[in-house]
Amino acid sequence: MENMINLTIDDKKIQVPKGTTILKAARSAGIEIPTLCHYELKGQGIENRPGSCRVCMVEIEGKKNLAAACATDVSEGMVVKTNTLRVIMARRTVVDLMLSDHPASCLICAQSGKCELQKLALDLGLREITYAGEQSIYKKDVSPAIIRDVNKCIMCRRCETVCNKLQTVGALSGINRGFMAVVATAFEQNLADSSCVMCGQCVQACPVGALSEVDNTRQVMSAINNPKKTVIVQTAPAVRVAIGEEFGLEPGSRVTGKMVSALRKIGFDYVFDTDFAADLTIMEEGTEMLSRISRYMNGDKDVKLPIMTSCCPGWVNFFETYYPDMLDIPSSAKSPAQMFGAIAKSYWAQKLGISREDLVVVSIMPCVAKKYECQREEFKVDGVPDVDYSLTTRELADMIKLLNIKFNELEDEDFDQPLGESTGAAVIFGATGGVIEAATRTAYELFTKKELGKVDFTELRGLDGVREATVDFDGTPIHIGIAHGLGNARKLLDKVRKGEEMFHAIEIMACPGGCVGGAGQPYHHGDFTKVEKRLKAVYEEDASKPLRKSHENPYVQQLYKEFLGEPCGEKSHELLHTRYFDKSEKSFGC
Amino acid sequence: MAKFELNTTKKQKIIDICESFGNKSSEVINVLHGVQGELGYLPAEVQELIAERLHMPVSQVYGIVSFYSFFTMEPKGKYPISICLGTACHVRGSDKILEEFKRQLGIGVGQTTSDDKFSIDCLRCVGACGLAPVVLVGDRVYGRMTVDKVKDVLAEYADK
Repeated sequence: MENMINLTIDDKKIQVPKGTTILKAARSAGIEIPTLCHYELKGQGIENRPGSCRVCMVEIEGKKNLAAACATDVSEGMVVKTNTLRVIMARRTVVDLMLSDHPASCLICAQSGKCELQKLALDLGLREITYAGEQSIYKKDVSPAIIRDVNKCIMCRRCETVCNKLQTVGALSGINRGFMAVVATAFEQNLADSSCVMCGQCVQACPVGALSEVDNTRQVMSAINNPKKTVIVQTAPAVRVAIGEEFGLEPGSRVTGKMVSALRKIGFDYVFDTDFAADLTIMEEGTEMLSRISRYMNGDKDVKLPIMTSCCPGWVNFFETYYPDMLDIPSSAKSPAQMFGAIAKSYWAQKLGISREDLVVVSIMPCVAKKYECQREEFKVDGVPDVDYSLTTRELADMIKLLNIKFNELEDEDFDQPLGESTGAAVIFGATGGVIEAATRTAYELFTKKELGKVDFTELRGLDGVREATVDFDGTPIHIGIAHGLGNARKLLDKVRKGEEMFHAIEIMACPGGCVGGAGQPYHHGDFTKVEKRLKAVYEEDASKPLRKSHENPYVQQLYKEFLGEPCGEKSHELLHTRYFDKSEKSFGC
Repeated sequence: MAKFELNTTKKQKIIDICESFGNKSSEVINVLHGVQGELGYLPAEVQELIAERLHMPVSQVYGIVSFYSFFTMEPKGKYPISICLGTACHVRGSDKILEEFKRQLGIGVGQTTSDDKFSIDCLRCVGACGLAPVVLVGDRVYGRMTVDKVKDVLAEYADK
């Protein structure tokens, strides 16, 4: 085979396709070369390999200089050594130099224990910083969701790559030169004033503590310890398939029961499920979708299609910033988390006789942008938010560790009712394509008035960035588009804007893989197979549920009977729907 | 210094320069060169307009402006003073000359006097090491500078 290259790495003979880097060739043979700046979302077409950190240096026989494995292609007959003394000493010097201006505040750094630089220093056995010198003194920047402490920036530029290439948001860029070089916003303005949509993928990508989420665990702990407050919690679908990783379990471990148990031990008065509100979202969004499609088919010229999902707060920020001309296209339905807050602080609080002021709603989300979403003015009543605090999956794990709860030894427990009941359709909200599949299950039955034989719409599943499928609604073809990652969303939206393609409905999630790959999930450090395993677990959880269609959720039915009336009715509009704002002044024409 | 105003004439000039490079983001450095040549500097509003015309994030434009020392976001004085801090000038005491300019004008490096007359910048070697230490005012070269001569150099521009 002429396109295959034979080489030897650490005495192991291997064959790889031409154009493969030494790093990838080594990894394919199970040989680990340490890296720092390299970051790849495999299968998503995203690779950051500036070759700048020089941690992956290797020795090539016959070559005078060491080579960066991530930036050097293999060649026929090449003999590579990845762990000679010369290589190790070079790596040590490289990391030593990085530490020369890096704050040595590891003990109190948010990234401690998860930091890739810390791990390298440990693995390389560094015991002193030989070149300790000056440190940069940029100020800390705190947005509603993200903290930037660029004094810890090591210029790997992973955040810049995900912000520009994966998300096409372009809020971050390398600035200045030499010692002062960091990744920052235009004119070093605050992130909150920049074109940032708070998706948080930069936080997920940062190998050190330069980017982290705002920590709300203390506020939650003090609310729990305030005897006057009733504190309830809701958990997003993607959290239960990922939090186990924080306790050493395999990615994709389904730990719903343990998670519920841990939340009770933490001291939440009621442990509820965002999945309940996801079923509710389908009732609202599905009804809106059907109504818009029916009106369109009946020749109503005023109706706008496609209808687009609106669960994802990063995506909402994105279209408000970059597609202000399309604000009437997304569904007006609030996200499940915000629907939960609105129902908990009205229907449920009234039922239990708890005043709005004394009820604290906490959400556990795979997401960083949710921290911003729950602070939006339109989600407050008299200044009191529907959702008081939003914690990431990582923050929940931190609280569990703080309270010395032995997560892996916990017995499974069930959610409280009525706001803890959910169907399989709600669970798949955590995966790309899941929301539209859940909506399809319900819309199909409402539209055709027939029972759905097979609830699995496998044509809507998968991990391709942009997907299209036509679902047969008993003779009526419904054309559906799906995108995950905001760069992919942009591709799909530009097609719609130009009128190149007609869709009835589109689902968009800001993070790659959907919420399972969310910015608030355990760090995957560029190992996208972890996200794939979580995705698989979401569908397993769905299949394990006795009810698989949102409109079959008995407590959702009860909620409509007792309180809301009809889906998309007056009460629903008041509590469960929202509006969008033109934020294009932040986009600078991009 | 009066606040920068992006009036219609300047705006059109910038749009024309972008246009002359086909509004291509790959030509951003040439565009920035052209615009700075026209306006003297590149304030934030100008970078935002360039980003919009070239369909690229303004953060990337700022990344380039902040990287290259040639580009400036501060307006220069009518008589920009450049003090060479290259090796030859340095060993002959150019740092003391720099301090004297700063003291007499009351401004720092990269700043402009309030009457917009002088600005101070440093550079590394102008290729006139034989004349070290060297100072430039605009295009004019002053060789074998001394601290005492700073007053005389500034005086030459007093009535201009």
